[in-house]
Amino acid sequence: MSVEMMSEIKRDHMMKLIEAGTREDGRGLADVRKIEVETGLIESADGSAKVKIGKTVVMAGVKIIPGTPFPDTPNIGVLTTGAELIPMAHPSFESGPPGEDAIELARVVDRGIRESGMVDVEALCIVPGEEVWMCFVDIYAINHDGNLFDAANLAAVCALKDATIPGEQYGKGENKPLPITCTPISITEAKIGNHLIVDPNFDEEQISSARLTVTTDDNGNFRAMQKGGRGSITLDELSQCLDRAVEKGIEIRKIIG
Amino acid sequence: MSGHTDMVLVDENGMRIDGRTAEQHRPIKIEAGVLDNADGSAYVEIGKNKVLAAVYGPRECHPRHLQDPTKAIVQCKYNMETYSVSDRKRPGPDRRSIEISKIISEALEKVVLTELYPRASIDVYIEILQANAGTRCAGLTAASVALADAGIPMRDIVPAIAAGKADGHVLLDLNKEEDNYGQADVPIAIVPSTDEIVLLQMDGNMTREEFDHAIDLAVNACHEVYDLQRDALKRRYSAKKGEVSE
Repeated sequence: MSVEMMSEIKRDHMMKLIEAGTREDGRGLADVRKIEVETGLIESADGSAKVKIGKTVVMAGVKIIPGTPFPDTPNIGVLTTGAELIPMAHPSFESGPPGEDAIELARVVDRGIRESGMVDVEALCIVPGEEVWMCFVDIYAINHDGNLFDAANLAAVCALKDATIPGEQYGKGENKPLPITCTPISITEAKIGNHLIVDPNFDEEQISSARLTVTTDDNGNFRAMQKGGRGSITLDELSQCLDRAVEKGIEIRKIIG
Repeated sequence: MSGHTDMVLVDENGMRIDGRTAEQHRPIKIEAGVLDNADGSAYVEIGKNKVLAAVYGPRECHPRHLQDPTKAIVQCKYNMETYSVSDRKRPGPDRRSIEISKIISEALEKVVLTELYPRASIDVYIEILQANAGTRCAGLTAASVALADAGIPMRDIVPAIAAGKADGHVLLDLNKEEDNYGQADVPIAIVPSTDEIVLLQMDGNMTREEFDHAIDLAVNACHEVYDLQRDALKRRYSAKKGEVSE
């Protein structure tokens, strides 16, 4: 991603606000922007969701098709997550194969879904050793105003919850809902100066030195984490992020139902 | 992190399959200055992991659009040899190695005084010769020694190690079996002078207590790795001094 320019006066203004415990859009440091979720809007997909977090918009679609299992897991379905940062979402995004930012995004979302056991992949077996359902979750950034990690996680999770196994289409029995066991929720914080802010917007990400994403399951256990950015976080800051990830995770699970 | 196996990873005495206790890391060997052409280099073994790191630079940044007029950038390339794992690995970067390269670059940028070299690139190449769980930590440990060996000004040297969970026990420095059949893996790298975290990932399933314990084990072990990194550099340069006086 190219280096974004920001005027010093804006940077100083944002820093001063954060020092005072608030932000440009009036939020407190631990507040998440308004979340809107719409599911089932793409008929050609087996599951889909469009998630807005403030002005950030991310879509995710699920395609489920029969295929051959991996030789080392003959009775287990396949689950893969991909992400594309398409040029429509932000002037800094370029077309072409996914770059390192898109790959990191997809892999962090994938870890949350996979490690939480959200999808019961053992129930995706059709004929042991021969045929399993392969579940592809693909994430597209539509408008980037910061915190693509949480928006992408939420879109992928909601699309999976919306998904149906298309048995009839492939002559493999009846259509049935994709077996879901829990709702992994990620919470991302950005470090600006010596402050951590939850759900950073684009401008806040530009002046932040580090990022931490923490994914929890329904029991408040930790399932995935990723530190990003060129800065560092202290052990105390880590502890704060863990507390808030659990707390905010509960709030967001209530919103998406 | 499949977590399904009949294999006993930790026995009733708390011993692990390679004879370690929960809080012991595998034997570590670090050597600085092992390659001729590179500006700095290091070789690291952690248990059965064998890793080489080389540093070129500061030098002109390619591709040029990545140049930063205010500072140098650290560009790390983590690469696994095709024969480093049991099934032949397909050559070239995959999604995993691209992600690892990115987070290692970011971890190193925290300590390198990049502002001294505007527009330049400091290129770090990590080659995994043999993999046995924990290669990103071994790679980062080697890379920081190689940077110091290259004489690149740094605030500190970055050590890295993983903690995790297997058979329900929180363990330091998982080996291959513990990584494959265990329940969690937490690679971590710190700046030893401040204990700040510059690399952190986690996957699996951990409660807050287990996670706190894992971080505690890993941070302590990072300080041990740091001592070994410093020893390696001291050995390298006391040898140099001998050569000159002869």
